[in-house]
Amino acid sequence: MMAGIMRHIVSVRGIVIVALLLYLLFLPYYASAFYINVFTRILIWAIAGISLNLILGYGGMISFGHAAYLGVAAYTVLAFAEQGIYLGWVQWPVAIILAGVVSAFIGTLCLRTRGLHFIMITLAFTQMLFFFFRSLDRFRGDDGLRIKKRSEFDFGWFELDLMDRLTFYYLVFAILLVALLFVFRLVNSRFGAVLRGSMSNDVRMQAIGVSTYGYRLTAFVIAGMMCGVAGLLMANMERFVSPAVLSWTVSGDLIFIVVLGGSGRLFGPVFGALVFFLLIEFLGDITIHWQLIMGPFLVLVVLFARTGIDGALNGLDHKLRVRFGRGQSGDEEMSS
Amino acid sequence: MNTALVMEHVLNGFQLGMLLFLLAAGLTLILGIMDFVNLAHGSLYMVGAFFAATFTKLTGNFGLGILLAVPAVLLVGLVVEIVALRTLYARNHLDQVLATFGLVLFFNELVQIIWGPQGLVIPFPSAFDFTVTLPGGITYPAYRLLIIGMGFVVAFGLYLLVGRTRLGMLIRAGASNRDMVGALGVDIKLLFTFVFGIGAVLAGLAGMLYLPIGGAYIGMGELILINALVVIVIGGIGSIRGAFIASIIMGLIDALGRAFLEDFLNFFMTEGAAETAGPALSAMSVYILMAAILVFRPQGLFPPRSR
Amino acid sequence: MTSPALQSDALLAARKLDVRFGGVVAADQLDIDVYPGEIHAVIGPNGAGKTTMINLLSGQIKPDNGKIVFDGAEISRLSPARRSQRGIARSFQITSIFKEMSALANIAMAVQAQDGHSFRFWRPVGADDKLLGPAQAILEQFGLGERAEILAGNLAHGEQRQLEIAMALATQPRLLLLDEPMAGMGSQDSARMVEILASLKDNYAMLLVEHDMDAVFALADRITVLVYGRAIATGSPAEIRDDKNVRDAYLGEDGAN
Repeated sequence: MMAGIMRHIVSVRGIVIVALLLYLLFLPYYASAFYINVFTRILIWAIAGISLNLILGYGGMISFGHAAYLGVAAYTVLAFAEQGIYLGWVQWPVAIILAGVVSAFIGTLCLRTRGLHFIMITLAFTQMLFFFFRSLDRFRGDDGLRIKKRSEFDFGWFELDLMDRLTFYYLVFAILLVALLFVFRLVNSRFGAVLRGSMSNDVRMQAIGVSTYGYRLTAFVIAGMMCGVAGLLMANMERFVSPAVLSWTVSGDLIFIVVLGGSGRLFGPVFGALVFFLLIEFLGDITIHWQLIMGPFLVLVVLFARTGIDGALNGLDHKLRVRFGRGQSGDEEMSS
Repeated sequence: MNTALVMEHVLNGFQLGMLLFLLAAGLTLILGIMDFVNLAHGSLYMVGAFFAATFTKLTGNFGLGILLAVPAVLLVGLVVEIVALRTLYARNHLDQVLATFGLVLFFNELVQIIWGPQGLVIPFPSAFDFTVTLPGGITYPAYRLLIIGMGFVVAFGLYLLVGRTRLGMLIRAGASNRDMVGALGVDIKLLFTFVFGIGAVLAGLAGMLYLPIGGAYIGMGELILINALVVIVIGGIGSIRGAFIASIIMGLIDALGRAFLEDFLNFFMTEGAAETAGPALSAMSVYILMAAILVFRPQGLFPPRSR
Repeated sequence: MTSPALQSDALLAARKLDVRFGGVVAADQLDIDVYPGEIHAVIGPNGAGKTTMINLLSGQIKPDNGKIVFDGAEISRLSPARRSQRGIARSFQITSIFKEMSALANIAMAVQAQDGHSFRFWRPVGADDKLLGPAQAILEQFGLGERAEILAGNLAHGEQRQLEIAMALATQPRLLLLDEPMAGMGSQDSARMVEILASLKDNYAMLLVEHDMDAVFALADRITVLVYGRAIATGSPAEIRDDKNVRDAYLGEDGAN
């Protein structure tokens, strides 16, 4: 067991991941306030990406409407704030549960379909919610509303002050780590095996006696709730919520983050979110027309980088292992 | 609520439905025959409107503008197909969705660079700037009638093309069995390019027809594209007939919902509540319809296999 | 041919199954029985409806008419998963395995499917001896023990076909529905598969669809000949060999080899 873990860490991919996590852990020591905000935002998107990766990367469910759960949770936080309720103990569980309820409803209907239908219908349902929130005058429709302050967590003996930039950053970072651990355990469990099996060969899964609908729906709801966590963090981060949070391009960006980082790979969405947003920052500095480059970049990633960043690192490791004569131990990764 | 008012909104619904159909027809053909999801289809709608606006301004004549814009859109469509999309046909739907999503971003930015962020409007073409009195005493703008008529003409034309010609036979065969068409010795690449060209022109035409009513602006193709996708799902992927009927249903629900849902809800709830729920419900209504149809017929109303 | 009455000692009995796809009749008043401990082979020309029959019995296709009884209970309307749980396992004509997973993980998945529900979210399957132990044992039984860690998609064709049968066995079935298990195999692999199937005969009832006549006549206790979705003859291998109708309809040209 230890040897297995060591083998993973002593590799380019392992070194990159450990270095990245260390970099994020000590970020406040070298990053300006502006960049701490940038990274907080990136990590929140990474959490949303991790939730999408659970169903898309491990379950083959290509949801083109994942922004819905960001939106439901974000609007829940906004709705409480409008009522003057800032208690995290109230806001957060309700936001997560509502995201779960909405994803259960959408999932129940959408999972009756497959392939293309599934893609379009998840997209359409999210459009429905988009127009729903846009039509609510109470939340100023298209313009959206500001939130006065972030959620409050008062433990009596100490108070978690999310208005403090560093506290908020570390909270998001901790939630990211928990999300990674959670998905790691989940996809390797019996439940995860069924999920991966249904993606690989659903007919075979049925033929060995497993009706996969319930498992896929459960995964869909778990992903919706996790994405809800990202949504409530996003509302807290920006202290502003508008229908733009569930626009269809957000769903598209989320898919891109997953694929860019490496779909079906644990750290993929973290890599994906980092590269995606740092690239936007970088291109945005050069030209206001950064989408002119981003669009074709996306096409190129689809055409030529199918395993994503994490997959590329893995492939590099494999090549190194073969070259330096340790190929025998890497048999199980021959084809990946 | 009088009959004339209802009729007017019914006609509005038809007009909206026909624009949707022009977009959905190409989309469903491409999907049915090539199994290819093209989100950039909405970009062709947008580009069509911008071309028509530019050419109308240059020539001073809307009709001439359209005449010039059609080949221009066709050219753009073919270039996109040959350069970017061709390599994607063999890929899975995830790749197709993502790559064409990238194209949407690209086109939005490109249009912004060429035409600026404000968009374009043209003066309403004077040739159509009159109303027609219909039987029953309803007066209705001639231009909107033209759009409705155009939709029927295109639908009839596609019906003839798909149902009565050798090319149509290949398209139908391609929708149900791609390998067979190849086995018939048909150049499948050429067939795909041709079908894509038809789709591009129809999408562009829809944008051009919309231009005098709402102008040309960035992102105009996205909302209507998603609605066209809903139309295709409801109608049954690959079915022109399904797309036609579903387009009209969607157009009617949207127009009538916008116009009457609030009044209708007033019967059941307080005015204030209806005022809130009315717009929300009418914006959601087409999607609710889609969900309902899915529950009963996951394959859509007219799945092409049973044709 | 009138349908024989449902016999209580048959493990599986199908009566008067009809299926149409559009205008094509794929099963026409089809009767078939499988008794405990027998290998019942089904032969017939291409397009005779052999795969359709397997799909009907395993539940991938629902019959328009007719009824299927397994172990005394009607299963005609049950889903494939339900039928598998009752003890009907199948292989597919085109190998159907989890290509992205190791050979061991493939079998472990089937073992897991038999071990209650899978709403278990935390313990890794890769360290679950309750799954890996039996899975490894089944691989050994098929001579695939050494290949446990290889990705199933990277196994040789013959090995993949064996893996699929092994996966079927891991679900602890009572009846095996085998759809051309020798398809695409060389003579060496075929011989190995015949050996495997013969060794399973004592413990499992089998319905075997196969084009390889040598294998069929070597293995089968009874043979049914299917033509246009109809069973035109059923009997011992010797009876089928001598049946004039069968020779005319089918064996005539291509069964001679």
